[in-house]
Amino acid sequence: MYEQFKARALGVGAELHRFGTGGEAVSFILSFLQHEGVAEAPGSRAVWAESPFLAGLRPEFPGLSFAVTRELAAQSKIGISQMEWALADTGSLVQDQVAVEQRLVSSLTSIHVAVIATGNILEGKVALFQRINPSTSRYIAFITGPSRTADIERVLTIGVHGPERLIIVCVDELGGGRA
Amino acid sequence: MKQEFKASISRAVNDANLTGALGKFSEAYKVNRAKAYEGIDFEELRGRIAEIKSSAACDLDALAESFKKNAEALGAKVFRTSDPDEVKRYILDVARRNGVRSVVKSKSMATEEIHLNRSLMEAGIAVAETDLGEWIIQLAGQTPSHMVMPAIHMTKEEVAELFSKEVEERIESDIPRLVKVARGELRPKFLAADLGISGANIAVAETGSIVLVTNEGNARLVTTLPKIHIALVGVEKLVQKFDGVVPILDALPRSATGQLLTSYVSIISGPVPNDDGSAKELHIVLMDNRRTEMARDPKFKQALQCIRCGSCLNVCPIFRLVGGHVFGGIYTGGIGTILTAWFDELQKSEEIQGLCIQCGSCVPVCPGKLDIPEMIMEIRRRLVQEKGQTLVQKAIFGVVNNRKLFHTMLRAASVAGKAFSSGKFIRHLPLFLSDLTEGRSLPAIAAEPFRDSFARIRQPKGLEKVVFYAGCLIDFAYPEMGIALVKTLNKAGIEVIFPPEQTCCGAPALYNGAYEVAAQNACDNIRVLLQQGATRVVSACPTCTVALSHDFARTLESVGQTGWLPQARELAAQTVDFSTLVQQLVAEGRLSFKEGEDLGSITYHDSCHLKRTLKVSEQPRELLQQAGYRVTEMFECDICCGMGGSYSMKLPEISAPILQKKLKNIKETGAPIVAMDCPGCVMQIRGGFDQDEAAVRVQHTVELLVDRLKD
Repeated sequence: MYEQFKARALGVGAELHRFGTGGEAVSFILSFLQHEGVAEAPGSRAVWAESPFLAGLRPEFPGLSFAVTRELAAQSKIGISQMEWALADTGSLVQDQVAVEQRLVSSLTSIHVAVIATGNILEGKVALFQRINPSTSRYIAFITGPSRTADIERVLTIGVHGPERLIIVCVDELGGGRA
Repeated sequence: MKQEFKASISRAVNDANLTGALGKFSEAYKVNRAKAYEGIDFEELRGRIAEIKSSAACDLDALAESFKKNAEALGAKVFRTSDPDEVKRYILDVARRNGVRSVVKSKSMATEEIHLNRSLMEAGIAVAETDLGEWIIQLAGQTPSHMVMPAIHMTKEEVAELFSKEVEERIESDIPRLVKVARGELRPKFLAADLGISGANIAVAETGSIVLVTNEGNARLVTTLPKIHIALVGVEKLVQKFDGVVPILDALPRSATGQLLTSYVSIISGPVPNDDGSAKELHIVLMDNRRTEMARDPKFKQALQCIRCGSCLNVCPIFRLVGGHVFGGIYTGGIGTILTAWFDELQKSEEIQGLCIQCGSCVPVCPGKLDIPEMIMEIRRRLVQEKGQTLVQKAIFGVVNNRKLFHTMLRAASVAGKAFSSGKFIRHLPLFLSDLTEGRSLPAIAAEPFRDSFARIRQPKGLEKVVFYAGCLIDFAYPEMGIALVKTLNKAGIEVIFPPEQTCCGAPALYNGAYEVAAQNACDNIRVLLQQGATRVVSACPTCTVALSHDFARTLESVGQTGWLPQARELAAQTVDFSTLVQQLVAEGRLSFKEGEDLGSITYHDSCHLKRTLKVSEQPRELLQQAGYRVTEMFECDICCGMGGSYSMKLPEISAPILQKKLKNIKETGAPIVAMDCPGCVMQIRGGFDQDEAAVRVQHTVELLVDRLKD
């Protein structure tokens, strides 16, 4: 399942990394922030939305904020969140984004870093629909690769209104079941 | 047709940017679509979608009520109306109550349908379309030319021009740069907007959810940043159950753009929190605007199965030449013609319905299982019912139905045209008729029709008799095809009967909406063809074959002459096309080919009715191979040649470029012969090569097989 998910996600232009533990994932993300020049300045910030795997931990980095507001998200280069499910057949990530900060970090930033439990990769929509319920999940969001358009001369162009890069971070030890 | 309409067609087909962009796209689309559907049983999938949407269409009122109840239970406000004006009033009310000054919109054809932007702007509200294509056409002051790709008709240079004006800075026509400009310009509008307006791709009755399918990410911002969200949803978007979303999500992106899934899908059920902690004010407007009326019409109910993917436009040989603006309305292409006839009025479709050449290319690719050509025929029928046939039409059908008179007149015209003809062709016609010979010569009419030659053919008295239905073209222009058919069947020990009372198959009348005339043709032919005491009726013209095997019963049913149905069905069961019959005879060992000769390369053109209605495409290829030819396939072998019966006479400006493309594809195979099973296609393509002067022989399969069969 992982291999198919990986192939599909790469196929739609996402980037993908896999780690054994949550700790390794956090180290990777912090080094990624460093590499992308995240700093305490408009346009260079990063915002991290509530992610269950952090279990309340708040890794520190200059320019990184866990208190997500519209203003901060709009000034951020990178948004980080944990998604709930992944779909192998389309390379998609799925999450109930009813909490507004989940939507802000994944829609206003240029780069979206999405953490996912390797064990939560499902076959596809049919399996997913057995696990989600719109009466409790009010804003079910599917994200498949970066934002794209082909509205000018049918030329595929990345990064219109949403993130122009989607970095998927798979973590094995997060196990399966509900994240 | 009005001059204005004709002029818009000429402008479109002569717009190299437009035809270039659309042509390239339609070629790439077929490849991408096929790739996206790899490993998926499309027939099974679309069967499920058609079922889900059709059962929803049966019950629109109940579904809308259930949607309202369930969405309101979650806290949304749902407004149901059938009247576009009430929709606008409702939205303006919400805007006024909340002091809305600026609106961001994600793509919604329903808002286009009711010209919502105009009303908002008249009320002093700033409106920004945020879908890139929609924003481009908003800046250009145009309507969308395609329901999925609204600005497909524009070049990057034209877009750069528009953007330069908007941002008052010279912007280069580099596409990634243009996209960045749009991102930069629209972002502050998103952040400042008081109201977000979206459409919906699906609305789920049992959960009160709306589903938004996008690629750019604008719908996520429209539904997140402003404190108020209004979704305008046509009631045809309703499905009963939540799991009904899955097959539609499986098909919509694959059929629309060849993607497995779009970048974003959002399923919104009730209001969500705003970033200031307040709950969003969510309004969902369920708009009918004649959709329920459509659902009650047995001929048009299927139109509500449409999921708005636009694949019918993408595979249409006419759309790729003329683009969307020729259609004049908001919805374009074949489906657009139908929606315009309903959402505007029947009369509005009077001209554009004529653009459909009835090739059927859109039928096998439609994920909602719509038969668009059939619905367009019904529009034609109703237009004729409302307005009656034109005098010219009446006169034409009067002549066509009198075989002797028809031949005499055709022959007279052919002889009169002698000054313009050379050998087998009429190259130029005078005056207004000259369009008919633009890029194509017409066949000279045979001195003796098949009906007269037939009497002199000496046939062995066989045990088995087969009735031959010739049709106009073989009878009057290509009697040699009929003679070859008789010889072929004689070799299998079959005696051919040609009842001279047979008349026109009614296709010309039918395809022009004159159902009463076509029904009369059906009755006359049924009577004669069934009287002969044979069990099989063969035709070497696919359009005639389809008339006998499909259209007669449907036409008679449409005009209420149900008494004829049992005989129509009997005739349908007996009817077979030439290649299928010959292949059966070969399989039964009653016909066999002479051995051991390599006749070289040949290419085969699939005729629309043969391939898509009769589902015959392998039979003639196999026969030609057995005869000794090597079949070299041409590019787009099953795309229409542009003939379409009287279409080529009514819209020669469209027919001619379609033919040119076909000729090019044939020539590129390098084969010296092109075969086909339709005398109409022979007339079109042979006429094209006569003017093109390429040394390609154009033959009906019957002519190529006859001498290769053992006696």
